[in-house]
Amino acid sequence: MIQGLRYRRFSGVAWFWALSLVIAPLLYVVIISFMSRGAYGGVVWTMTLDNYLRIAEPDNLAILGASLTRSVGLAFVTTLMCVAVGFPLALFLVFRSGRFRQALFFLLIIPFWTNFLIRTYAWMVLLSDNGWINHLLEKIGFGPQALNWLFTPQAVLIGMFYNYLPYMAMSLYVSVEKLDPKLLDAAADLGAGPLKRFFKVIVPLCGPGLAAGSIMVFIPAMGEFVIPDILGGGTSLFIGNLLAQQFLVVRHWPYGAALSVVLMVLVGVCIALFEKYGNGSKEDLLA
Amino acid sequence: MKRLLEGLGVFLIYGFLFLPMVVLVTLSFNKAPRGITWEGFTLDWYSKLLNDQGILDALNNSLEIAFWTTVLSSLIGVAVGITKVRVPGWRGLGISKLASLPILLPEIVQGLSLLCFFVLFAIPLGKFTVVISHASFGSAYVATLVRARLKAMDPLLEEAAADLGAHERAVFIKITLPQLWPAVISGALMVFTLSFDDFIVSFFTAGVGATTLPLKIYSMLKFGVTPEVNALSALILVVSLLLVTVAFWHQRTKVAEGA
Amino acid sequence: MLQVIGVSKKFGQKTALNSIDLNVSHGEFVSILGPSGCGKTTLLRILAGLEKPDSGKLILDEKDITQVSAHHRDVHTVFQRYALFPHMNIFDNVAFGLRCSRVAEPEVKRRVDEMLELANLSGQGKRTVTSLSGGEQQRVALIRALVNMPKLLLLDEPLGALDLKLRLQLQQELVAIQRRVKTTFVFVTHDQQEALNMSDRVAVMNKAKIVQLGTPLEIYEFPKCLFVANFVGNINRMDGKLRQDDAGRWVCDVESLGTYFVEPTEENKVAGQPGALCVRSEKLSLFSRKPSTVDNVAEGSIRALTYLGTHTQFDLTLKNGTGIQVFQQNTQKTAKKVFQAGDKVFVGWHTAQSHYFTGNQLQ
Repeated sequence: MIQGLRYRRFSGVAWFWALSLVIAPLLYVVIISFMSRGAYGGVVWTMTLDNYLRIAEPDNLAILGASLTRSVGLAFVTTLMCVAVGFPLALFLVFRSGRFRQALFFLLIIPFWTNFLIRTYAWMVLLSDNGWINHLLEKIGFGPQALNWLFTPQAVLIGMFYNYLPYMAMSLYVSVEKLDPKLLDAAADLGAGPLKRFFKVIVPLCGPGLAAGSIMVFIPAMGEFVIPDILGGGTSLFIGNLLAQQFLVVRHWPYGAALSVVLMVLVGVCIALFEKYGNGSKEDLLA
Repeated sequence: MKRLLEGLGVFLIYGFLFLPMVVLVTLSFNKAPRGITWEGFTLDWYSKLLNDQGILDALNNSLEIAFWTTVLSSLIGVAVGITKVRVPGWRGLGISKLASLPILLPEIVQGLSLLCFFVLFAIPLGKFTVVISHASFGSAYVATLVRARLKAMDPLLEEAAADLGAHERAVFIKITLPQLWPAVISGALMVFTLSFDDFIVSFFTAGVGATTLPLKIYSMLKFGVTPEVNALSALILVVSLLLVTVAFWHQRTKVAEGA
Repeated sequence: MLQVIGVSKKFGQKTALNSIDLNVSHGEFVSILGPSGCGKTTLLRILAGLEKPDSGKLILDEKDITQVSAHHRDVHTVFQRYALFPHMNIFDNVAFGLRCSRVAEPEVKRRVDEMLELANLSGQGKRTVTSLSGGEQQRVALIRALVNMPKLLLLDEPLGALDLKLRLQLQQELVAIQRRVKTTFVFVTHDQQEALNMSDRVAVMNKAKIVQLGTPLEIYEFPKCLFVANFVGNINRMDGKLRQDDAGRWVCDVESLGTYFVEPTEENKVAGQPGALCVRSEKLSLFSRKPSTVDNVAEGSIRALTYLGTHTQFDLTLKNGTGIQVFQQNTQKTAKKVFQAGDKVFVGWHTAQSHYFTGNQLQ
């Protein structure tokens, strides 16, 4: 690097952005979680621990616990499903698809480029009681309206899986692509069977991709509230719905802020875990 | 046999991915206003769509917001990316850590924290706040690409330019910036799509005056679906398909040229 | 013309340059030769203005340029990886420096065309630099620097990335161009052959210091220390002790091998001091019987021999266990080998062909 070159102006812009648009709003949420609610829903500047104490109340704790469990569970299952399908898919694309590789990869990212509300809506159409899937099932002989999945957890899971699969598949594809096929040949030459090759060579080498993909799926999935809202019919509460409710409907911001602090802490722990066991951050993968 | 199973699996995955798209496009040409039975071909839903002022306004808002978000994010993103790579000490390192937050945090947390923030400063919610909010995460995405490009760039190029008599500013404009262009362009493309598609952050920061297309779609989904939504979806699908194809083709020819 | 006076540089705890002094005169071709990590690249970067020295001075044409930044110096560099700007064609690459100093466009065109001709690239200015071969890239990098008529041109291992044959050809081209433009060249390399081939003078660096500065002949034939002798060419070493014999001549006793005449320098004439007797491989001769025509003889046996075309390399084990190498010119076309592996042989040399190092010359 040239010593004459200084990047003070860039650093100034960067820090202005980071402080005013990234840090300050988050910090402000933390601050108002310690404030009281005003008579008309605003924030009153008196310090209090009430919001956190309120979380600890048995009723609220039960709601929060249930929604957190649901969110984390949903995120976890979604991530697992994405890995289970995305990993073989990435392997196939890189090693087996031959001259169709680019075309298939291209096809993989197309759904990703359409609006996710529309994608989710399409599943609403597909899964509805008179939807295509039920028609198909009826034709095969399952009787009318065999599947009543719309507005059930299954529908939510399908929607989540559908929306998040491309993220996982792409980040796995990128890291499988970097894999030297000679290593697999070498492993096979040394007597490793397909399963051994997968678990002893491919998985460890794709660790960063796996971790990055999991972060990209797990964390947004944890805060997701639109898909459960549309496909789940708003029947069960997820942490995202709980937050949206507090901020937009109940308008108890300090309490909502306290709840989001809980979510932030949870996300922080997850990121730390992923980074620790994935030995690579998302940034490195994208780079 | 094994190959056949593999092929079948991949076919099923792609079928799963494209089934919803096929459904939407088909239904958009279906005469039946409700249900999914085919009652004949029609373009009615498209003409209805084009006469729906609410949707057109939302589209307009979305495009306007995406445009300004892209401009703002590209400018900030370049500065952030350069700071990450080039600024020594805590100034650079701090930005590297902080800039990954908007990518990592769930959107809902960003949306609600920005909402609180705007209310604190009594900034009226509208297009402006949406642009600012989108730029807050958009810049982080541009910065990631700029950083990657800078890291891949040979530092000798800048030194060679300085050695040949170029001043700091000339080095940046004549050497660094042209090298960064591809990253800025793909970053801009990415941010435009992210902003155009964003629902959650807009949901919190838009207020009443700035209904974007996703917000509009959401309200249509919540309060009565009409086949217009199908037509709209099909149109968006076609346009994104065109854009992605162009972008992909552009990238491929670039790669082929070795640039 | 260029004076480097007491230049030092540290990176953290590591000393990269330790009080370097160097004078280069006008139009001279000076090589800085040394192993990687010896500080030669740091020295070059300081000359270019890409690093600032911690202490010391740089004087170019009577002007102190120590504090002058890279883009204000009349010093240009040909970088190791050429650093051609990939988004510009050949012409724009070469014209870059001239345009930076706001030379009028017709003048830019004239001078760039002139340079393209010098590099055998006439009429190819519109080509993209990515389409060039390694040799062509190297020439573009050279004229991109030369077109600005620098007082001093720095070259940072510019031939390192090329294959051997092309490297030899470009070495000659580079020298020819240098003679024509009469610019002062400072050439950094780790390749001793390259340094000896091209330079008027060579500065050998080791551990952040210039250990010897001289013509290629001086460097090769009169190395001032074991490091230079070893780094430039192939040398054999026999450890022993110095003393004066009855006739007052200086000899070196090598334990369980023999006593040999040496010619130590004045300051090395300390009796009883341990030292190393060194002889270059090609200056040793092999005999099957003990010769009487040479000053010094050592006894040993052939461990291995390798036929190398121009010469044969003999790996010997001397009587005291020391391993040495002997090169013999293959002057005759003969299939018959005079010596076989396992043969007992005698190695002979004249006293004037040997070197004697002691004290810190051994480091």
